[in-house]
Parts: sequence; C-alpha cells; structure tokens
Amino acid sequence: MKECPKLVELGRRQFLGRGALAAAGAAAVTAVPSGAARAALPAARVDYPTSRLANIKDLKVNEPMPIHYPDMDSPGVLVKLGARVPGGAGPDGDLVAYSTLCPHKGYPLAYDAKDRTLNCPGHFSRFDCEKEGQQVWGHATQNLPMFRLTVDAKGDISAVGADELIYGRTRNVLQG
Amino acid sequence: MTYKRGIDQLPIPPKDARVQNVVCDFCIVGCGYKAISWPIDRQGGARPDQNVFGEDLAQQQGAESASWYSPSMYNVVSQNGKLVHLVIKPDKACEVNGGLSSVRGGRMGETRVSEQTGTMQARLGHPMVWRYSQMMPTSWEDSLALVADVTRRVIEEMGEDGVIVSAFDHGGAAGGYENTWGTGKLYFDAMKVKNIRIHNRPAYNSEVHASRDMGVGELNNCYEDAELADTIFVVGANPLENQTNYFLAHWVPNLRGDTLDKKRQLLAGEAHAAGRIIIVDPRRTVSVNACETVADRNNVLHLAINPGTDLVLLNALLTEVVARGWHAKDFIAQHTKGFDEAATANKVSIDDAASITGLPAADIRKAAQWIAEPKADGKRRRTMMAYEKGLIWGNDNYRTNAAMVNLALATHSIGREGTGCVRLGGHQEGYVRPSDAHVGRPAAYVDQLLIGGQGGVHHIWAVDHFKSTLNAEEFRRVYRRRTNMVKEAMDSVPYGDRAAQLEQIVAAIKRGGLFSVVVDILPTQIGEAAHVWLPAATAGEMNLTSMNGERRLRLTERYMDPPGEAMPDALIAARLGNAMEESFRRAGNETYAAQFKGKFGWKTEEDAFMDGYNQNAEGGRFVTYERLRAMGTNGVHEPVVGFENGRLIGTKRLYTDGKFKTDDGRAKFMKTEWRGLEVAGRAQQKEKYAFLINNGRNNLVWQNAFYDVHTPFVRERMPIAPIEMNPGDMAKLGLAAGDLVEVYNDVGSTQAMVYPTPTAKPGQAFMLFIAPTGQVGNVISKGTNEFMIPNYKNVWANIRRIGHTPGAEGMSFKSIEYPKDL
Repeated sequence: MKECPKLVELGRRQFLGRGALAAAGAAAVTAVPSGAARAALPAARVDYPTSRLANIKDLKVNEPMPIHYPDMDSPGVLVKLGARVPGGAGPDGDLVAYSTLCPHKGYPLAYDAKDRTLNCPGHFSRFDCEKEGQQVWGHATQNLPMFRLTVDAKGDISAVGADELIYGRTRNVLQG
Repeated sequence: MTYKRGIDQLPIPPKDARVQNVVCDFCIVGCGYKAISWPIDRQGGARPDQNVFGEDLAQQQGAESASWYSPSMYNVVSQNGKLVHLVIKPDKACEVNGGLSSVRGGRMGETRVSEQTGTMQARLGHPMVWRYSQMMPTSWEDSLALVADVTRRVIEEMGEDGVIVSAFDHGGAAGGYENTWGTGKLYFDAMKVKNIRIHNRPAYNSEVHASRDMGVGELNNCYEDAELADTIFVVGANPLENQTNYFLAHWVPNLRGDTLDKKRQLLAGEAHAAGRIIIVDPRRTVSVNACETVADRNNVLHLAINPGTDLVLLNALLTEVVARGWHAKDFIAQHTKGFDEAATANKVSIDDAASITGLPAADIRKAAQWIAEPKADGKRRRTMMAYEKGLIWGNDNYRTNAAMVNLALATHSIGREGTGCVRLGGHQEGYVRPSDAHVGRPAAYVDQLLIGGQGGVHHIWAVDHFKSTLNAEEFRRVYRRRTNMVKEAMDSVPYGDRAAQLEQIVAAIKRGGLFSVVVDILPTQIGEAAHVWLPAATAGEMNLTSMNGERRLRLTERYMDPPGEAMPDALIAARLGNAMEESFRRAGNETYAAQFKGKFGWKTEEDAFMDGYNQNAEGGRFVTYERLRAMGTNGVHEPVVGFENGRLIGTKRLYTDGKFKTDDGRAKFMKTEWRGLEVAGRAQQKEKYAFLINNGRNNLVWQNAFYDVHTPFVRERMPIAPIEMNPGDMAKLGLAAGDLVEVYNDVGSTQAMVYPTPTAKPGQAFMLFIAPTGQVGNVISKGTNEFMIPNYKNVWANIRRIGHTPGAEGMSFKSIEYPKDL
C-alpha cells in the first residue's frame, strides 16, 4: 500500500461525499500532464506505444507501483505477485499490470495487499489481480483491462498493449 | 482464462445519431437508459462538434462520465430493416439512477440479437412445432391454428378448466402493460381461465395479500424517501444486489450524510442527521457490508435473525414501541382500526423474542428506538420500512407481511416524506387486466394440478417451471412423461392430416397426456417438453410501458427489430384469440366463437396499450404513448391525475391524506400471532439435516439466467449455481473452492458449486435461486402458505462432494465483500 498513496488517498476521499467524488474524479483526469504517447489512426485495431515502466529490481513482492499507460491520463499499477499467475510476465511469470480506472464508472481502484485485489471505493466492485483482473463482484460489465508486459534481458519491464477498453475512452490510445 | 473481449476501440455516434428513451429490461428499479443509433456506414468523430455527446472524446473522460459507453453497451442491430450501430447507455438525467448502470442493465447492448456480431443467436425467430419427431420451423398461421384447434378440443372435452396457463404478470421485458393486457384479455375476458399461475410461483396470487387486505398498497412511497428517512428498516432484502441503483443512488447518500441539505430544505423545522439503517437478514450480505463501509458504524444494525422468525421480531418491535408510548396515537385514532386488538394479540416480551429470534435483547430494543423513538427535538421519526423475498418467500408470508404493516401503521410510517412501507420488488410492474375475481382465493395450485394429471393444454408465457418452481424434480418428471405421451401420439400420424392429428392428440390427453405451448424469446428448459414454440419480441423490439418500484411509469421506445417473425406478446395473444374464434366457428360453435369476436383487432402494441391501460388503469385516460415519450426516462408517478402544459401529472406518494384502500378509508391492523414454521415438515427437516439451504439472487445474474447462459462474461463466474459455505463447514466435509456438491434431503437433490464465504454462519449455506444448472427448487417441498405462496427460503438439507466444477480452475473465489478497512 505504501507504494501507491495517491490511489489510496483518492479511495478514502471517495467516501466523503458526492462533491468530493466529483472533485476526485476530475483530479484524476486533470492533475497529470497529458499527451505522452499518440498513435496514428489505424485501420482496425489500435497501435500501442511501448512504455518502460520499471526494472524488476525496483519492485518488492506485493507492493504495487503506480504507473501510467498508454499515456499519462490512464493510471494503473504494476505488481510483482511473488508467484506465477495466468497472464503473468517476467522470468517468474508473476508480473502483472492493470488499469486502475474502474471499468464501471471510472473511480480510482485501490490495491488490497491482503488478498491482492483492486477495489472500487465508489460502488464496491472488486477485481482479482491473480486472475487477469477478473471481477470478483461488482457492476463493471467487463473484467479489468490488463496491460501486456514484456521484460528484457536487463530486467526492464515495458507495457506494450491492453486487452480491454480502458474506462473513459472510446479508443485505448487517444486520438488527438 | 478470464474472459476478455479484446475490444480496444468503439465506433463513435455522430452528432445527429438517433436518441430514444429506454428503461432497463430487468429489475424493479427501472434505471433510465438511452438507445443511441446511427447508420452502419457512418461514424462520428472525437471533436465535440462531431459526436452526439458534444464531448471532446480525444480526452480521457472523468469519473461518472455521461459520454462513456463500455463494449457491452454496443452492438450492431437491425432497425426498420436497416443495419445500425446501437449504444444503450445509462441516462445521467434520469432521477432513478443518475447515470449509474448495473452489471445487468449495462449489458443490454450485448444481449440484443445481432446476426452481425453473433450475440443472442439462440433467440427464437420463427414459430416451431413438433413435426416429424423434432421441433421444426413453421408459419404463424400453421402454429396458431394448431394451438387453437387443440385448445378448442380441450375446452370441448374438459371445459375451460382444462386450459392451464402460466403467464408473467409483471413489467419490464417479458411483461409490460401491453402484454399483461393482451394475455389478460384472452384468458380473463374472452375466456375465464382459473387454472393460471405467475412466473415465479405456482398459483395466481398476490405476494403481499396482507398489506392489500389492510388497505395499504405495497408500493406507496417514492425513491426520494430513502434519501429523507431518519431510519431505513429493511427485512429480508439485499438491495445492493437486487435493487442496485436504488441502493447506490438513494440509500447510500443518506447513510453518508450527503442528503442532509436536501432534508433541511424539504423538511424544515425538525432535527436531521445522517440516516441509520437496520437490516434483518440471517445472512451477512454485501448490502450489510456496504452500509458499514459508507455509514458511521454506530448507524448500522444488522439483525442476523434465526431463519423464519421475522414475525416474532416484528411483533416484539410493535410491543416495545407501544410500551414506550412511541406509537402515533392521533394517526392511529383518526385513520386506522383494530389497533388495540392487534397490539394485545401480538404482544411478545423482548426476552421471549430474543430467545426465538436468537437476537440480543438489547439489539431488539435498539431497533425499536431507531424505528420510533422521537427525535432529539421531540418530532416524530421518519422511518422507511422495506421488505422483499426474505419475507415474501419466507415463513408465514401473510402474517409476517401484516406484522410489518402493523409496525408501519403504528408509527405512521406511511404517507409521510421519508417513510413508506414497501416491498422492494423483483421485476418492474405492469399489470392491467380484466378482473381476476373468478380465479378465487386461495387460487388453484397449478403445479400440483399438472403433477396430478389434470388439464389438457398448457399455455406458457415467459415462464420456465423447470427452473422456477418448488418440488421441481417431481414436476419435471411428470411433465416430461405427460408431454411425451402427446409427442408419441403426434408422431403416429402425418402432420398434414390435421383431423387425424387432433384425434390422436386428444386421445393422448384423455390418457393423461398434456399439450404444451411455449411463448418466449429464447429456448427454455420446459420448452424441451413442449409441442409449440411461439417467438416473442422483447422490450426495445416493441414499445413497452412499465412502472418501477416507486410507481414511475415510462415508455421504452422501439429501437430495433425483433428477430425473424417474432412479435410482441400482446399481438401473439390477439392472433391466438382470433385463431380460437376461427376454430370454434369452423367447428360450428358460433356462441363460443362470439366470446372472441371484435376483441383482438389490435395491429400494434400501442393499440393494446390504448385498449388496456388507457381504458382500464387508474388515471390511464390521461396517458398516451406520445405523452409518455415526452416525459422521457423520468416519466410520471402513478396514478396519473392529469395532463397540464404538455406534462402528465402524477402522484409521488400514496396515502398522504390518511385515506387508505378500504371501504371506510381506515387502514386495518391485523392480529399476527406466531405459529412457528408454517409449512408442514420444515421443522422436522431442520432437525434432521445439517444445513440451512437459504437461497436468493446475486448481483451478476438476472432472473433465471435466460440471457446469462448465453453470455460468456457471466457464464465464467456462474458455470453452476454457486453455494456460499462457511470454510469450517467446508473443511469438515473435505470440500475445496469450486467443488461440485450435491445438496439432498427428503424432497430431492440438486447440485451446486462451492464458494467459500468466511462470513457465512456455520450450518447456513446460501444458494443461487432458480439457476439453470442447479435448481434449488429440487429440494424445496411443495408446502405453501394458506394462499399458495411458497416458502422457498426455510429449507434444510445435507451436502456431499460429487466432483469439481468444470471451468472452476479459471474462477476467482475471493471474498465478494469490499474490504472496508482499506
């Protein structure tokens, strides 16, 4: 939890009231600079940028690192789970990265290290980080977008794609 | 492997896309949505001037955006014969849901039929009949003539009691005012069928007889009352999963204290605080957890009652309220009757109640305080009382319902802002039919008639007994045998020889056979036994009106075509009526033919609406499609009382004048003495078997999963009916998460998938209700209350391992509770 104070803090603020909710939602969008990676319009599918997120040695087991992908307006987390999981990357198959915008209404998800889930403080939805973002319970009509990762020989971890539509976008890589 | 759609971009609706009103197909809440459609060969753009939202879609949208739609909200469908893109997204301007979508309604896009994207290809598009030993497509004329001829022959042989009907009586998809009127006019006007039952229970009866007998209609407040209440008292309901956006958009803000300004503004001159909530449920539901998460912990009281003892608690609360002098003496004197007799008869001490209910005496006292103790400034507390299937399908329905209304009347919790004594509801409502008085009370126990070999023809409208009845194993066994006799008889003659065919069918019926006709949108389990399938259209493929749990009437507009030749149920009923008339005329029975004559000339569902609702519903004369369309997704609260300045005028709350629905206008208190577990054999079952098999709905699955079995996103989580079990119980039985277990008792056996649930009490399991793969009805005995209301809830059985659920390896079995310490 220590690694993503911003998400946790946003999560707490969500409960303060509807006004705070709106402010938190707006902050999540406007507080970060936009326009990191842009792709040309593709014919059928989106071309994703490759973004270096971290090096394996930067990560501690079960301590999520905040990331952004495919651009700075799309927050996520990178977690080393410590045990191989479906869809896990890296030499141990235990590296996963997810969008932290709830695919229900876009509230910022908070990581619960106790059972390795991402949780929505807005409406109580829960996603399992050990099962490719499967919604354990909730209102989202899709499972959580997972960012595809590659790891090179030096241990550098890069995000190279996403498997579901990210909340708040009609196109995962914004067209601008 | 967790299901992903692999969709990373969606088409954008252009600025001039068509926008229509939609009310969710599914639950009672009736969230507002918009259907946005545009031609297949066009698209909008990201710039605000290029899309229907007027939004810059090149930017990330913020939380609760009105401009975002998920892949499940999108499809490609046929509209007036032309392909269009379709987005069905929640409407932020709707007062009901404020833009929220549930996991059910948010999938309306992908549960539409589409030959382009392949969704819901199982939909019935053409009538099908049993011909050459299998179901074969045929024409409407052929199928309806067959149904009419067989029905006529049964009436000739057995009278109208030989016609057995199972039919929806609700609103929303597979219902609505148009279709309840259509079926109602056929069976209650042209015919006088009395052997009829409703979709979820084996007879034609109210689930809330007692409330109505006391003069209190069961939907008497509005959703805003949940924002204004000082206390919400809820019995046997799990609103976060079953009335999701009512709970999220109206209850949660009150519990958080977010509605204080509204309270002060609308209810000036009295003390206000954040809402408190009392939840009566043997099980710790996600609703309890959510309340504890958002509210001050001192404002949430979960009364985890012994199953089936709600009546004792309600009587004890009444006793305590009266003993403390907190009852509404003036209101009781001026607007009710029978108070003294009821208060005396229902008296129970807190200690006795604590002993029977298993609740601490202090908690019962605290509940009474929260319900009725005057506020700090001496003003009467505003308590909203709500209940649903835990009470309705629990022990002793009639008296328990009455005890709830007693408490509401005694505290004047009806007809004031911030109060109400309401059922929370399952489906939306949409009932307008000719009188059902001939059905009688108690109504016929239809499923037992069918098991007992009675009836000759069975008309089934959007009902699947094989999933949704009690004593279900025996029902299925007998039903298959009876219908198979008719199938074999039909196989013995060429289909084209109608006279010989009828002769064979009738002979089989006389030997105990049954001819079965299913009207539905999808193949059903009972339909496997049927001889005719008639394809129905659903909401959005037809214009459809319904009201929600606060009596909010709205019109869902037709935004796409039904598959093939499917038609609205109202028009199927009309054509069947016409075919019956023709059949009797051909048979030379002009008198009987005349019963149908001139009654079924409707060409559209709007014709049925005008014939039914407009002419028969209270205030219906003010209502037309055009006027409702103009009222949008906010609609109007029934009863409608006028039309002024282009707007329909409704009634937000009932009984604000203290006049109730009795002959003298006074609400009646009722004597509701405790009599233990009402259904014979349940008390013994409790002693004999290890587990309570509590059962009910969950968030993800709508009704009997008729769409969900075709939806990979849901199927992945619910391959088999889940059963929540305490981990200690699992260890004793050697069970692991995802194990397939058999649930068995003296009634029958069924299967379920184990879902470890740390908050489940030892010895109390909770199973998904009416699931297609694991019908809990198999282990529920046939006993009902005195008005044929089943007790689905208080059931005991043993559990044993029979294997592991296929596909469970890919499932997450983590707790469904939000971690409130996060």
